[in-house]
Amino acid sequence: MQYKSQAVAKPYFIAAIGLFIGQILFGLVLGLQYVLGDFLFPAIPFNVARMVHTNLLIVWLLFGFMGAAYYLIPEEAETELFSPKLALALFWIFLVAGALTIVGYLTVPYATLAQLTGNDLLATMGREFLEQPLPTKLGIVVVALAFLFNITMTVLKGRKTSIALVLLLGLWGLAVFFLFSFYNPANIVVDKFFWWWVVHLWVEGVWELILGAMLAFVLIKVTGVDREVIEKWLYVIVTLTLITGIIGTGHHYFWIGTPEYWQWWGSIFSALEPIPFFAMTVFAFNMVNRRRREHPNKAAVLWALGTGVMAFLGAGIWGFLHTLAPVNYYTHGTQITAAHGHMAFYGAYVMVNLTMISYAMPLLRGRAANSNKAQVFEMWSFWLMTVAMVFITLFLTAAGILQVWLQRVSDSPVPFMVGQDQVALFYWMREWAGVAFLIGLIVYVISFFVKGEEKAA
Amino acid sequence: MSGAFTKSMARNIFYGGTTFFFLLFLALSFDTMKQLPKRDMRQNITPSIIAGKHIWETRDCIGCHTLMGEGAYFAPELANVVERLGSKEAVKAFIQSRPVDGIPGRRSMPQFNLTDKELDDLANFLEHVNTINDANWPPNIQG
Repeated sequence: MQYKSQAVAKPYFIAAIGLFIGQILFGLVLGLQYVLGDFLFPAIPFNVARMVHTNLLIVWLLFGFMGAAYYLIPEEAETELFSPKLALALFWIFLVAGALTIVGYLTVPYATLAQLTGNDLLATMGREFLEQPLPTKLGIVVVALAFLFNITMTVLKGRKTSIALVLLLGLWGLAVFFLFSFYNPANIVVDKFFWWWVVHLWVEGVWELILGAMLAFVLIKVTGVDREVIEKWLYVIVTLTLITGIIGTGHHYFWIGTPEYWQWWGSIFSALEPIPFFAMTVFAFNMVNRRRREHPNKAAVLWALGTGVMAFLGAGIWGFLHTLAPVNYYTHGTQITAAHGHMAFYGAYVMVNLTMISYAMPLLRGRAANSNKAQVFEMWSFWLMTVAMVFITLFLTAAGILQVWLQRVSDSPVPFMVGQDQVALFYWMREWAGVAFLIGLIVYVISFFVKGEEKAA
Repeated sequence: MSGAFTKSMARNIFYGGTTFFFLLFLALSFDTMKQLPKRDMRQNITPSIIAGKHIWETRDCIGCHTLMGEGAYFAPELANVVERLGSKEAVKAFIQSRPVDGIPGRRSMPQFNLTDKELDDLANFLEHVNTINDANWPPNIQG
């Protein structure tokens, strides 16, 4: 750790991991509800558990991004953080707001929660991933703006590197596009159209800038490759991301009442979306192969390489599988979508956060790298979680193919629930793969407590 | 990448390319907004349909169901549910008859205790969604 104020990243990373555990536990509940329909009913219905699962994911990824920014920006800007106190205050505000929101979901019926939190004044709730009550949404905006102020001021008073600029652009974009979550017109088509301006332009747009910047930062540190080379790659990757991904939004505009020309725009541009992910994989391997130093933190290198590969598979390949309009006509809104969603989020955003945490956490704890023994635990957790996620994706894909056939393609299409019962075997296997993922996560947490010979920072 | 291609060239392509494609996206979106009135049946949106959308949202229906294919994949598609069940009355009867404690061993829908007016509004909303021109999706009545 080169700057004292980088230390504020630590609570952010710890909170991220804590919420990650919660997310996975609720994922297992959901997986079980898929096969034992009345599990926890009516105490925790599926929709409530799903809100907790997806909202925890979003919140912990945001904690990870913010922690990454607080760690990375001072080192890039070569100056202390503008205000470490503000960063710490925001941490507690965000954590308490997030916790209260989750408690609200679990203890109060959603309709009552909506009433209590002013949803009748400005109705924003009840849309997928944007279920948060109005005060939480406003809190996210306030925290995001104060956070952006803090890191932007830091960059302004220090060195302005390409990594810092791309990261800032991604984070500002994140805040700006979130504002569309406050726009909820009565016309459902218009509602859905702009809902994607938050969801798609986040995960297939500005978040990828954040991802690219985080990965580039870690690769510079662990490989020692020249900054000029890495930053040039970063620009190429984010260029490819945005020129494919922005118009690629069109792959969500096939069947929601929007004009048919989106089937062309969406299919063509989103078919190109795997390219930036492929470039990222090549980039990560290339930089590691050209490394000029042997960094003692082998686990961080493994996570960085894994991010490239798994993001390419999950976002790139699994996205391409169902992105062409004639295919999507049959696969839209099935387990194929769920399969893609799981591997893409894990491969891209979970893994890049774990890459950053893997690299930064030992330094925040005063050593260059964890002991070999601790790293072995961490690498085991990498393989357990990653292989488990591959199997979750494969089982969901199998379920999805069968679902599409039974419900939409065969000569005598069956009702939704009849089809679901017939593919239950795959949901069971997905649940077991989920258990394996949880074991991987437990090993991951244990790796933080494994002692052994550590190298000084 | 060879030495001829410099970082500043990459940066310029990034800013130029992003700006171009974002403007193209805005232009397409603008055109979409102009065309939507021919497709989204907005002329039929009544206060009851608006109230129905509010019921749809505040019960987090999207947390289990899909609507025009978007949402969760735990329960059936609802954009065409009025057509599938045959009438708004059938939809309302289904919602009304959900057992409070669910159905043993089965995926169950919560009992929301909606009033008659709320049920009417919700059914009107679902009926309205069914009339939107969504490029002939879903492929068949099963959703």
